[in-house]
Amino acid sequence: MVERATPLGTDFRPGSYGDIAGGVGVTLSAPPTGTIVEATAWPGRDKALATALGKAAGLTLQPAPGSGAFKEGKAAAFVIGPGRFLVSGKDEALSGRLTQAVDPQTGTATDLSHGRTALRIEGPAAEWVLAKLFALDFSQAAFPVSAGRATAHHDVFAQIQRTGESRFDLYVFRSLARAFSGVLRHAAEEAGYTIR
Amino acid sequence: MLISCPHCGPRDLAEFSYQGDATRIRPDPASTDAKAWYGYVYARPNPAGRHREFWQHAGGCRAHLLVVRDTLTHEIYEVTFARPLPGTGETA
Ligand SMILES: [Zn+2]
Repeated sequence: MVERATPLGTDFRPGSYGDIAGGVGVTLSAPPTGTIVEATAWPGRDKALATALGKAAGLTLQPAPGSGAFKEGKAAAFVIGPGRFLVSGKDEALSGRLTQAVDPQTGTATDLSHGRTALRIEGPAAEWVLAKLFALDFSQAAFPVSAGRATAHHDVFAQIQRTGESRFDLYVFRSLARAFSGVLRHAAEEAGYTIR
Repeated sequence: MLISCPHCGPRDLAEFSYQGDATRIRPDPASTDAKAWYGYVYARPNPAGRHREFWQHAGGCRAHLLVVRDTLTHEIYEVTFARPLPGTGETA
């Protein structure tokens, strides 16, 4: 079994950083994601894809723009485009279940477990820190729990799901994850942050 | 400038890539009419006002869009998916 190395490098080490005198604004972490799969429906098959993925991941999914679902510590999925989903989970075996579940008449499912990196930001300043980086409304009214957004920070694509009142999971290209985690840490500095 | 993506809602211009003039009609690929090809490749009316253009929500849902934009004021009049989706009446 090959050990998966973190793409985040030696800078992303547990500890407290930045201006933490006034408390910890956010906590950053890289949640273990054994599976990250992107699935796309053929035209008109988006409902069938949502059902197939939901069944395999144990989630109730809809193809509605921006919608998503997650089960704490198990699996998460959200819509990243018309007929397109990003599905992730802790278990490496989920990837096989997902690719099996999507038959060739419904669409395609591509394993990106080694191609994306998940970063988690949690805490009272999470909305504020993310608002520095992305031109999105991160308030709960506009971006409710479970919902997902596909966006970009300059040329770094980021797919974001809200998984708590003050918690967001970000999926970025693995090759850019180290640079992006540096940007995220820099943005979090004045809020005070810990890495877990 | 904001573009209201039919999938994602209003998003910042930085998330979009311009994909060119949407008023052009490509000649039949087998055509040897040099004038028609010249017009398709080079000739642009460059209007001061409403203009139909292709954009891609490249830093978002990645859908290709048809945008009607005012080249003087940058006002966006209309955004739709560039290609129809069967069955749904919607396009992506
Ligand atoms: Zn979009």
